Amino acid sequence: MSDIQPMLIDTATKIMKDICTKDLISNAEEGEFPQELWEALKETGMTSIGVSEESGGVGGDIKDAMSLLKVAGKFTAPIPLAETLLANWILGVARLPLKNSPLTLIPALKKDRITFKKVEDGWVVSGKAQYIPWARDVQDMVVFGKTSDGQQVVTTLSTTDCQINRGQNLAGEPRDEVHVPENLIENDRVAIVQNLTYEDICNRGALTRIALMAGALENALELTLTYANERTQFGRPIGKFQAVKQQLAVLTGEVMASGIAADSAVAAYENSGQNEEIAMAKIQVGEATKAVTNIAHQVHGAMGFTDEHPLHYSTRRLWSWQDEYGTDSEWADLLGDKILEEKSDVWSMFTESPRQLT
Amino acid sequence: MLKELELPIVDLPKETESLREDVRSFLSAELQNGSFETRCDSWLSGFSADFSRKLGERGWLGMTWPKKYGGHERTAFERFVVTEELLAAGAPVAAHWFADRQTGPLLLNYGTAYQRQTFLPKITRGELFFAIGLSEPNSGSDLASISTRAKKSGGQWVINGSKIWSSGAHHAHYIVVLLRTSSQGEKKHEGLSQMIVDLSASGVTVRPIYLMTGEHHFNEVIFEDVEISEDMIVGEVGNGWKQSMAELAYERSGPERFLSTYPLLSELINLLSETSSSDHAKNKIGKLASRLWTLRCMSLGVAGMLDKGESPDIAASLVKDLGTQFEKDVIDVARELIPSRPSMHAETKYETLLAEAILHAPGFTLRGGTTEILRSIITKGVGYNE
Repeated sequence: MSDIQPMLIDTATKIMKDICTKDLISNAEEGEFPQELWEALKETGMTSIGVSEESGGVGGDIKDAMSLLKVAGKFTAPIPLAETLLANWILGVARLPLKNSPLTLIPALKKDRITFKKVEDGWVVSGKAQYIPWARDVQDMVVFGKTSDGQQVVTTLSTTDCQINRGQNLAGEPRDEVHVPENLIENDRVAIVQNLTYEDICNRGALTRIALMAGALENALELTLTYANERTQFGRPIGKFQAVKQQLAVLTGEVMASGIAADSAVAAYENSGQNEEIAMAKIQVGEATKAVTNIAHQVHGAMGFTDEHPLHYSTRRLWSWQDEYGTDSEWADLLGDKILEEKSDVWSMFTESPRQLT
Repeated sequence: MLKELELPIVDLPKETESLREDVRSFLSAELQNGSFETRCDSWLSGFSADFSRKLGERGWLGMTWPKKYGGHERTAFERFVVTEELLAAGAPVAAHWFADRQTGPLLLNYGTAYQRQTFLPKITRGELFFAIGLSEPNSGSDLASISTRAKKSGGQWVINGSKIWSSGAHHAHYIVVLLRTSSQGEKKHEGLSQMIVDLSASGVTVRPIYLMTGEHHFNEVIFEDVEISEDMIVGEVGNGWKQSMAELAYERSGPERFLSTYPLLSELINLLSETSSSDHAKNKIGKLASRLWTLRCMSLGVAGMLDKGESPDIAASLVKDLGTQFEKDVIDVARELIPSRPSMHAETKYETLLAEAILHAPGFTLRGGTTEILRSIITKGVGYNE
């Protein structure tokens, strides 16, 4: 844990607790961007945590960034914090100027067709990308892509130059389609990067979802325990029923497992830069999502299934984030393939990666 | 996160790496010279006094105990590494298991100087084995209801009653018995004490209980007017409940709670690697690996807390609950991915391991506290009001 982490978590918790109310989340789903929440985080420098000071960030490491996202996930903050942190990190690596406003990221997945062409006085960027978080709410998008000769490039695009078709995920978070008409971009806004790959971005992206989900899982646990204590049926709290208790214990176990899996994945990634632990943690939070959302809704009864009760703000996000930056199955296939292809004994994979004592 | 659910990340210290290599080369040499065969659930079923003695010679028993009692003053993490390597290899560790895991720490916490000097050095040499006497025929999970009792008579205590499920008592030299030394007070946990009983003493009968495989690991141990001297009482008379519960935290969170079927998983991966595997197989293996890794992180976290003197009861119960479910999941995936005819006398290693795993599995979620009891502890612990 870094020196600033406890203070960071404290401050973020205070801000979220005060501002991130049920009304605010509900209004955000109706399309109202929670500017006040964003400003409060921006003022404390939280939108560029994890980007070194020499790159223009406020410093802190990836652990700090992920612990902040855990808090955001817990309070279901309806802002592009994960995207902004990712995008600013990429800008930092590419040595392009950071932005102090909300950002999103076009990671140029295979199915996205964003092309970069070098011309005499700059670059021509064009194409289409789908499922881009918060594109409608940001001024700038960071685009990572490849040129036809395989060079990796990073640039920022202004959303005013693009056409945006609105879309959303299960949680009502913006996931828009972005059309980039042929745009000429000056040379100094484009960077060729050697030390950043698509895989790096996926890894970091998956880490953001792991952290958000670990936070959301905690919230589902707390809501469910409270409800089980308060809700009375047949003359006693429902949590007094053995059958319910057994379910609560399963839920608790999955949440605890996810918490340590998330922390361990971040630590391992920081130490080794490899992605096995990210795969394993993403699978863990995905499996936990299945168990926890089932049990949380079952215990809450019909009440938890209504718009009125806040449980769904967490569960709908869990169902959405579970499939972002690689579904459980995609990560499991990748990991299983590695284990079977390399005839690697799982045990060696766990025990031979270089580790340091924290 | 609720405070009770926060586990520290433990990255194993660098110095454990060479230790791990030592254990691996020892194990591969032993496998090569045929001193053991990989088994599932080897901490229950792999009894080899010879093997335990060899571990003792290498300094891998009583690793964390003080040197003056034959221990090696190594860290809990070094012990963790040795333990997980032995279990992952399915090595025969049952002989010394309970003495190393439970009796030693119990005596270090509560035993007299005499008891420590008498028992600990021999345990660390792999020469002296202990069994555990907690359950009784009429008290399974409800340990507070035990009725084996000791009555004071002159300078001696006289024990009558019986203990059940005492693994390895037919090989062990001593058994640590939880018993009643005064009648049950208002609280069921009062009036309990722990005593060390020589299994060869007059009045002690060890009766085998065979598993459904036909194997003999469990026993009923019957005490008829067994005389025990005052110096074999562990800790304070009347403090037995607290002492036993502290023992259970060690018992619930170790790597033995998720590695019982690891030898099967390892062989399954070997076989799948030899052919081109389906995506379905890859997916299943990936998911098992994820769970196993998570459990290991949790177990290490609990070890870290125990090392600092904290008592993570809820976390330990969670490791055991999730761990034993995982041990069973390995079996289901194995059966699903490779059609086979498992048998305890099969010709292939895979089929034998699978048979052992299937037939031993019902015990996984019973020993050390049933799933239902653990889950009660968990919900109570996270603030569900009783």
